[in-house]
Amino acid sequence: MAKKEEDVKLLGFWASPFSGRVKMALKLKGVSYEYLEQDIVDKSALLLELNPVFKKVPVLVHEGKILAESHLILEYIDQTWKNNPILPQDPYEKAMARFWAKFVDEQVGPVCFKSVAKPDKGIEVAIEEGQELITFLEKELTGKDFFGGKTIGFLDLVAGSMIPFCIARGWEGMGINMIPEEKFPELNRWIKNLSDIEIVRECIPHREKQIEHMMKVAERIKLA
Amino acid sequence: MADEVILLDLWASMFGMRTRIALAEKKIKYHYREQDIENKSSLLLEMNPVHKKIPVLIHNGKPVCESLIQVEYIDETWPRENPLLPSDPYQRAHAKFWGDFIDKKVNVTARKIWATKGEEKEASKELIEILKTLEAELGEKHYFGGETFGYVDIALIGFYSWFGVYDKFGNMSIESECSKLVAWAKRCLQRESVAKALPESEKVTAFIYQCLGLE
Repeated sequence: MAKKEEDVKLLGFWASPFSGRVKMALKLKGVSYEYLEQDIVDKSALLLELNPVFKKVPVLVHEGKILAESHLILEYIDQTWKNNPILPQDPYEKAMARFWAKFVDEQVGPVCFKSVAKPDKGIEVAIEEGQELITFLEKELTGKDFFGGKTIGFLDLVAGSMIPFCIARGWEGMGINMIPEEKFPELNRWIKNLSDIEIVRECIPHREKQIEHMMKVAERIKLA
Repeated sequence: MADEVILLDLWASMFGMRTRIALAEKKIKYHYREQDIENKSSLLLEMNPVHKKIPVLIHNGKPVCESLIQVEYIDETWPRENPLLPSDPYQRAHAKFWGDFIDKKVNVTARKIWATKGEEKEASKELIEILKTLEAELGEKHYFGGETFGYVDIALIGFYSWFGVYDKFGNMSIESECSKLVAWAKRCLQRESVAKALPESEKVTAFIYQCLGLE
């Protein structure tokens, strides 16, 4: 356990799902930390110094060690603080969690938000393509309370921060019904389960502010 | 129970090479099944329905997709022989960071050199910059992880067999711009696992010429 708050620092951005999931992980482990909100447009000298390669949040600093890339930060947190495990022990289960987490960030995020904000092939096609991807996650959830089983795990933190509490708010702002209950009963149930968890609720951005933010992001995408 | 390991792959894939090297480093016996990516097999589509891509590692009937995820899986499943990742959490994160960097940057840029028309010059410049960043990370070390061959070396080395393609289409010489990196690659090729996994540069170049319908 970290002895002083200053041992752990997190550079993040309030609306970023990548920062959000790290906050959830630290809270899950009961780790105290100093949070440093970043301006992601006018980047601080500190951010550029700590993450010169990608210049992005989140960045975790622990006892002088600097870590970037949210999935790697989550794994580091899991290996450093052993209570409330985030990743499963079994190598195959771990590989699956990593695979789906990559899928969420690299496919679901971009396709289900960017392509919907700027639908080159029309909005119906964009929604259809998005739903095709989300169906894979729906299947993964079948019969489970969470992706991690009975309790939240790595994929819940990644998908939770990205889907219901980030891009879904964008869908709400755009008036898009991407994951209707009839088509995605498991996912909707999972979102309700997640919303009941204190550490999740405490680490997600304010709903109305997030919707406003996502609409601004959507505008930028349209103009690009 | 004996392990059954199958690898669905394509000989020229720098991603498949990673998995082949990792299996060889661990001395794991496996069945190699060359895939036709123009005419995808039902097994490939069944084992990787999400991306429909190689490589796919099938261990006792269960598929693992994505080459770096496969390398880590191999390391965790057969931990005793030749560890590929450090056990220290920070060192581990550091290695995976660079693996991730390679995945995000190298192929996306390198592909533009031979697969597009008109973007080669800019893409070549960008690739050299990316390789120089990797060269700086390597520094004076023998391998990316220090004295032992590991994850980051495995992540990058397959691309070396494609340097001939990038040089030809990009009208450049990677060796003259990144001599330390090429020296590292030649060191890696001294390892049996790497020598067996990497095809000859000329063969890859001929393959690309064939794909593009060039003489």
